[in-house]
Amino acid sequence: MTNTIYPARKIITMNPARPHAGHVAVRDGRIVGAGTLDELAGWGAYTLDDRFADKVLMPGLVEGHSHTMEGTLWAYVYCGFFDRMDPEGTVWPGLKSIDEIVERLSEAAGRLEDPGRPLAGWSLDAIYYGNRRVNRHDLDRVSTERPVGVLNASGHILNVNSKALELAGLLKTGLDHPGIPLGEDGLPTGEMKGPDAMAPLGPYTGFDRDLLSCDEPGLRRFARLCVRTGVTTAADLANTLPDEAVDMMLRVTAEPDFPARIVSLRRFYGVTPEELIAHVLALRDCSQNNLRLGIIKAVADGSIQGFSARLRWPGYYNGAPEGLWYIPPEHLLEIYERAMAAGVQVHTHTNGDEATELALDCVEAALRKHPSPDHRFTLQHCQMADAAQFRRMARLGMCVNLFPNHHFYWGDQHYGITVGPERAERMNACATALASGVPLAIHSDAPVTPLGPLFTAWCAVNRRTATGRTLGEHERIGVADALRTITLGAAYTFKLDGEIGSIETGKRADFAVLEDDPESVGGAALKDVRVWGTVQGGRIFPAAGI
Amino acid sequence: MAPGGRQPGPLPVTIVGGYLGAGKTTLINAMLRRAGGRRLAVMVNEFGALPIDSSLIEAADDRIVSLTGGCVCCSYGEDLVSSLAMLAALDPRPDHVLLEASGVAFPGAISGTVGLLQDFVLDGIIVLADAETVQRRAADRYLGSTVRQQLAQADLILLNKCDLAADPEAVEAWLGDVAPSARIVRAKQADVPIEAVLGTRTDGSAVTAGRRFRDHTAGYVAAELDPPAGVDPEALARLLADPARRLLRAKGFVRRPDGAMAALQVVGSRWTVSDAPAGALPGLVCIGLKDQADPAAVRRAIREAETGARPTG
Repeated sequence: MTNTIYPARKIITMNPARPHAGHVAVRDGRIVGAGTLDELAGWGAYTLDDRFADKVLMPGLVEGHSHTMEGTLWAYVYCGFFDRMDPEGTVWPGLKSIDEIVERLSEAAGRLEDPGRPLAGWSLDAIYYGNRRVNRHDLDRVSTERPVGVLNASGHILNVNSKALELAGLLKTGLDHPGIPLGEDGLPTGEMKGPDAMAPLGPYTGFDRDLLSCDEPGLRRFARLCVRTGVTTAADLANTLPDEAVDMMLRVTAEPDFPARIVSLRRFYGVTPEELIAHVLALRDCSQNNLRLGIIKAVADGSIQGFSARLRWPGYYNGAPEGLWYIPPEHLLEIYERAMAAGVQVHTHTNGDEATELALDCVEAALRKHPSPDHRFTLQHCQMADAAQFRRMARLGMCVNLFPNHHFYWGDQHYGITVGPERAERMNACATALASGVPLAIHSDAPVTPLGPLFTAWCAVNRRTATGRTLGEHERIGVADALRTITLGAAYTFKLDGEIGSIETGKRADFAVLEDDPESVGGAALKDVRVWGTVQGGRIFPAAGI
Repeated sequence: MAPGGRQPGPLPVTIVGGYLGAGKTTLINAMLRRAGGRRLAVMVNEFGALPIDSSLIEAADDRIVSLTGGCVCCSYGEDLVSSLAMLAALDPRPDHVLLEASGVAFPGAISGTVGLLQDFVLDGIIVLADAETVQRRAADRYLGSTVRQQLAQADLILLNKCDLAADPEAVEAWLGDVAPSARIVRAKQADVPIEAVLGTRTDGSAVTAGRRFRDHTAGYVAAELDPPAGVDPEALARLLADPARRLLRAKGFVRRPDGAMAALQVVGSRWTVSDAPAGALPGLVCIGLKDQADPAAVRRAIREAETGARPTG
């Protein structure tokens, strides 16, 4: 019964009674205590392990909304505008021109032997190439023999080459579809916009399967990315959790060297609300330390940049129609009522403020029917909520997980096109949430934006767009709040705050091991804090060796 | 191969939309009972229990439920395209797909996807409306615009539950404003002839000759016509789709002035003309409501579309 005591340059505990410590004692994967060496020596025999003596320890970071699909997508060619680190630690430089996109795809095509095999890329961001849209002729330079398809960063556009169009029978004139722009020759340009236009191309470009269902190599890659970003617990927020996926996840996450705790939510899909509750209750009983099951995910609307989020009056800044419901309100209410009655938590995707309003109405109605103490129903994204809605969330006992990464990646578009200046400045209102007393998490929605809670914290602290505009000075939060939000804050939304999220006696020995001190680098440098690796359940995972 | 040795043409898809409780499930079950030898493939959206009467179910495997009379059912969820492809690959291939949209889906968006697929052709969009509640739904703060758009995208609106509504005429008049291009059919218990929902079966064999409207199901009439050779099929289709003709559907084959056979289909205001399958014989079936459709007007349209006569306007 020997403790291991790690001295560190600094330990940020998130325990307000002693916010900082110099040593942490660990036994059996849990924290015996944090304090001085003298204090910890009082627990009995110990070995001193000074490998972190020059590091900064934080509670293991908690990503409250991501998808293990981030790991799956790295099997395809990264075509993003911004630099992005893959699970092996290689940083793929952002592609600054269409020529560079073609070049990277061509290199990948050169490595494929079967000439007919589709080549798939992901994370293209068409808005960054000026007035020039990527078209099929660009991708024809990659190959005229094999179908090529590149998924947009938003997930709402698929760019394809002529071969893919030909295979789908769409390389023809006379198409009349709002999601299929035509060139001067009357043929599609190769840009397929929206799920309706994308769907016919899926089978020919390798994007036909359900990307949200977890696959084993993808899960392993995802876990490696967690180590590299200091994450010890990450949500897999929208899985339908079929038996075979659950069996695989139970097996893989129980391996002695699997480095992350995955909280996998059961997306409402393909079953009745009654069956959903029964499935989730059964899943909850399968939970093990590194795989937590038993929470429901519901989706109320679409996305803002895809113009499918439900906005309240006066709607989209550019006049686009008011978006789509992804679930009939009656069904959402029924899920809430049954979940409240059964004591099951529900996380709901609401992007637009009308979707948020509906969720609030449904939670209120369900609570009147089934008063449910400490339900912690959580709104995910909830990007456009206004102050009144945050006050309602607080009164209803709800949590919110906001999406500040949007400010960096699409903030300029939100300002100029989607929601307009005023609402762009209040989007992802972290300061209002905290001031209203709504328990707050912030997230990346990886793979929509890269996994990395320190980057997400930087976004919440600075609210800078890609072009350098500060979008909503008033909603910036401080570094201390941001760091608490990416640890205890996110843990709270999964009812795990008693177990993880801070470094104090009795909790899991989950640490983010950092080279730099996020409390002293300044908010502007938060995203540049270097991650050495993690400690998860007392096991040590250096990023360099993962 | 289809009977008679012809290659099967694209598989027709009829989209059934409308908000929850409007009667989509009742309609689909009624169509299955009246399939009368048609092999219907029913696609239901992801929500909930299979909305098919258990008396119609014969067997179920992972993805496909076998129903009486050679019909099948599957759910499609978010994977519409691959589910459709699976149905098209069945042997024997279904004759017609009946695609139930989710309560909040826009049938027009689904039709856009169907229109992009090689092996399928959109037949039409049927949207059900609950006569008792549709106006309240259309004014709902969350649902209003969704319900109104669904209605506006319809070729045919089945105004259902008319027996429960206080003033179905007023609802029908209101629908005329919300969905100006749709034909409106009143119903109880989604009780309509299958030909009004799915059209007539025209696999290329001659339709029964007989230049007359005849009683069909109560309230409906069907005219089986034998159009002369030398008709401009586009002009004829446009004339038959004109709201003034009050036709629900028209379908058949006509001979162009150059002798080629064209297939013509009209659903409400939507019309399509395509090349007829080999061996098709001329004939045209029109379906309308008994108190609305006028056989003389249809015959006038045919005369107008004969070679030389160009439609005006």
